[in-house]
Amino acid sequence: MTIGVVTFPGSLDDGDAARAVRVAGGDAVRLWHGDADLRGVDAVVLPGGFSYGDYLRCGAIARFAPIMEPLIRAAHGGMPVLGICNGFQVLCEAHLLPGALVRNDHRKFVCRDQRLRIENASTAWTSSYQKDQEIVIPLKNGEGGYVADEATLDRLETDGRVVARYLDVNPNGSYRDIAGVTNERGNVVGLMPHPEHAVEELTGPGTDGLGFFASVLESLVAA
Amino acid sequence: MARVVVDVMLKPEILDPQGKAVHGALDRLGFDGVASVRQGKRFEIELDGTATPERVAEIERAASTLLSNPVIEDFALRVEP
Repeated sequence: MTIGVVTFPGSLDDGDAARAVRVAGGDAVRLWHGDADLRGVDAVVLPGGFSYGDYLRCGAIARFAPIMEPLIRAAHGGMPVLGICNGFQVLCEAHLLPGALVRNDHRKFVCRDQRLRIENASTAWTSSYQKDQEIVIPLKNGEGGYVADEATLDRLETDGRVVARYLDVNPNGSYRDIAGVTNERGNVVGLMPHPEHAVEELTGPGTDGLGFFASVLESLVAA
Repeated sequence: MARVVVDVMLKPEILDPQGKAVHGALDRLGFDGVASVRQGKRFEIELDGTATPERVAEIERAASTLLSNPVIEDFALRVEP
């Protein structure tokens, strides 16, 4: 199974995302933002970082990169796509996910090991978790506040599309403590914290993040 | 040469931490009587030639797709003489 990892100018976590794919047992394929070609991958990770320097709005310029055209088409067709941090912002800007990410309410960059509850364990990226399982993975963002209008938030809750919720503290002012959401079909997931930094005991708070990558590999085998 | 100006502001219901920070700084500097500050963006777009209705409509489309995110922002567009 091949998982593509897109590199935009200013991406930071593409290397770790590719590594996480390999640790989980998949083949990572590096994709370039300027190529309108997914190179036949089975799924795609949009990594964290500061694509295009966060100019205009986080993810706003990356959303129109050439790679996004085939990616949006494939996502509508059911291909699993995970956006982490800046990748989440790109997915919201591309309207593949509802809502938007805005500057942290406390105005400071936050970097901490964050406890989360996985509330939807049936998406392509979370199926190897138990519903309501609690995990700890790193969180690091300056503009990670998830916002959407009340009707959208209510719909996300009713439809079980809140994938992960912050526990202990709300680190960035996200509405309803939302850390991650999915689309109706469950193939596109956006997550503000970083599972790719928690796949090996040596370099993270644990290996709780590995499940995201294991999940998609399992779901691709099953498909 | 015509100029189109697009002002982008966060929707009123979206918290604006930058505006709050500016407000705090104004208070510290002794600028009294400020009730609130909201910070936005202004784009000045120079056109080749005149601002025909078609080209203004194009800029309007750019404003609603790239320059602003309709989920969190409103924009106002005007053609400067």
